[in-house]
Amino acid sequence: MSDAPITIALVGNPNSGKTSLLNQMTGGKDSVGNYPRVTVDVKERELTFDGRKLMLADLPGIYALTSQSAEELSAREYIMAGHADVIINVIDAGNLERSLYLTTQLVEMGKPLLFALNMVDEVESVEGKIDVQALESMLGAPVLRTSGKHGDGVKALLSAAISIFNAGQAPARSFVHYDAHLEEAVQRVQHLVQENHAAEDAREQEGSRWMAIKLLEGDIEMMRDEQEHQHLLELVRRECYDLSHGHGMACESMFADARFGHVHGIISEAVQRSDKLRNRYRATRVLDTLFINRVLGIPIFVALLWVMFETTFTLGEVPMNWIDAGVGAFSDWMAALLPEGLFKDLVVEGMIAGVGGTIIFLPNIVILFFFMALFSETGYLARAAFLMDQVMHKFGLHGKALIPLVMGFGCNVPAVMSARTIESDKARLVTILVNPFMLCAARLPVFILFAGAFFTQNAGTVVFAMYMLSIVGAMGAAVILNRFLFRDADEAFVMELPPYRIPTLRAVFIHMWDKAVTFLQKIAGVILVGSVVIWFLQTFPQEVEWSTDYAARIEQAQAQPESPARNAAIGELQRQRNQEALEKSYLGQIAHTVAPVFTPLEFTWKDTVAILTGFVAKEVVVASYAVLYSQDSESTEESDTLRQVLAGTMTPLVAVAFMVFALFYSPCIATIAAIKREAGGWRWALFSVGFSLTIAYSLAFLVVKVGGALT
Amino acid sequence: MDTKSPVQTHTIKLSELKFGVSAKITALQLDGVQRQRLLTMGLVIGKEIRLRNRAPFGDPRIYTIMGYDLTLRNKDAEKILIEPLTPAA
Repeated sequence: MSDAPITIALVGNPNSGKTSLLNQMTGGKDSVGNYPRVTVDVKERELTFDGRKLMLADLPGIYALTSQSAEELSAREYIMAGHADVIINVIDAGNLERSLYLTTQLVEMGKPLLFALNMVDEVESVEGKIDVQALESMLGAPVLRTSGKHGDGVKALLSAAISIFNAGQAPARSFVHYDAHLEEAVQRVQHLVQENHAAEDAREQEGSRWMAIKLLEGDIEMMRDEQEHQHLLELVRRECYDLSHGHGMACESMFADARFGHVHGIISEAVQRSDKLRNRYRATRVLDTLFINRVLGIPIFVALLWVMFETTFTLGEVPMNWIDAGVGAFSDWMAALLPEGLFKDLVVEGMIAGVGGTIIFLPNIVILFFFMALFSETGYLARAAFLMDQVMHKFGLHGKALIPLVMGFGCNVPAVMSARTIESDKARLVTILVNPFMLCAARLPVFILFAGAFFTQNAGTVVFAMYMLSIVGAMGAAVILNRFLFRDADEAFVMELPPYRIPTLRAVFIHMWDKAVTFLQKIAGVILVGSVVIWFLQTFPQEVEWSTDYAARIEQAQAQPESPARNAAIGELQRQRNQEALEKSYLGQIAHTVAPVFTPLEFTWKDTVAILTGFVAKEVVVASYAVLYSQDSESTEESDTLRQVLAGTMTPLVAVAFMVFALFYSPCIATIAAIKREAGGWRWALFSVGFSLTIAYSLAFLVVKVGGALT
Repeated sequence: MDTKSPVQTHTIKLSELKFGVSAKITALQLDGVQRQRLLTMGLVIGKEIRLRNRAPFGDPRIYTIMGYDLTLRNKDAEKILIEPLTPAA
């Protein structure tokens, strides 16, 4: 027995329960969404089962093995490259017809295969019986009943996969029976494919029938791959021409027809429909009369968003106070423990202040993601995309872009990646470039801080307004991009609406846990490093030329008899000294150099510091303010929270301008990396930075000027 | 008065399909990738299709085909020709 793991790939329609099946196998912690296409990348996970090492690969949910989308391509390439030893085709028992359509194509690829008839329990309780044995004999490979929800049949499925691997060859199976003319054409093309690839390994030979069919279907990727074999392409063209003229229908339609015909045959043999057909969707129909109601649908959507934000902040307030108190206590404890000196300053003023100032937003983020998980897993998110498609379309966005945009409220990085669900290159690019304008959870702390400091009475409303502004900004950016960069970025809005499901508590919590951990990791990494770097830059150089001898003046003041006036004078002197120290630090020097750029926006050099540090990650902006003002606040007794200190530093109007700037300016480093990857190159990543900086600056300028003229 | 047969076979666009009427798909007037996408989702000639829902401003719409729900914009539904069947009793 070799120790190399057996690689098992799960392939199936979006929403067929693949990911939850995989979670049952591994007890893993991946998010499961009841929105088609949650899996974007191929995720691999290791598992030991029955003494064998298994590598489980979760391929993106797909409807076909054409080359219509990045997901189909990535799934197809994974299978073709032979990464998988065994393929498990997950079949949604509730959607047999469409699931088996994919199956007909998988079968043609000629890889070792078995089938998981998933969610079969749900279906049989209302729709009728499915004869697994009949299905098995017609598909020519093992079919196992599974339930991703309860984990039934999962062990049997893995055992079956292992025995297929041990058997060492693909079992005989029934192919789609094509019309005689079609079959002849396939064989002629297959023959030429085999000749062309004669020198290559057996794998290519195995897939020759599949390649022949793909070529005849007019598969763009496959055509491109075979470009060097001009005579092959010529044959394909000729065959297609003859076929479509002989049958009065396009070549690819003939294949689709034959496949669905085959599928229909299988179903009529294997499924005994009960009279209660389609009752499974009764609850979905009832809910849909409300949620996608022509009049109420959009108001309900907006109301749900509002509830989401309102809850995030009101409910989040309670644990935030605990964390605040906890961090404060910890900070005092460390301060008492450590000896006076630079190291203490580093720990207390650098690390604890920076991380503490950010970790406080953990409750907000967890609650926000709870709602996101709820929306996506119940199936509501797909409805929202449907409701909003026409509005989105007006702005040159695709209805499907709603999902990446809403996800952008959480974090732009996965959101940018999820734009892959949009097939057309241009529509996808617009979605990617617009995404950083969505107010991510990292920017939230900035607005909570500012709203709390400057608009205490209406903090919730101000933050909500920022969310609205972010949506308007994203839409506006889409319009600009469409007008000047991408014309005719259009794509059909063809999307499956999954039935509503009650999400398992476990799935929701796994989702939340995932996000919380990601956030904490970010704090542990980027934020900690950022805080330390900022602390260093503002603490050094230590030797500065003071404009006046503070030490002597403070000493002088202390020599006087105790009085309120004396104490106030000492405090004032200390604050002036700290202020000057910061100004002459490296950070102060850098900020002073850059600050003139922001003078028209009336930002001070301290705000400039925060903006500069925010390039790393937006939550660092808050950490920066925490570090920047902890000096002042320490030396005077007048304030105990950052909010109060900040409130005195700028006018509410400038605060608005700063929030607007912070909302739109440059994506964080992680998002830039994601854009580079998803949009295909540094060109778009840099464009995104420039584009967002321009918009941020212009809008902030507008706020200051227009606001200034009005008041 | 004419006594017409209650079942009239005439071809209309999918975008003209009314609620409560099922229809058979008779032609797809699309090419290339667009066509393949629709085929993949089950919009094959001969399949039965029904109108399920309309979005707030009438576009896009939800159709039921092969027992599941699918969204389509009217612009694309215009290119799918159908033949209405007898309205379900």
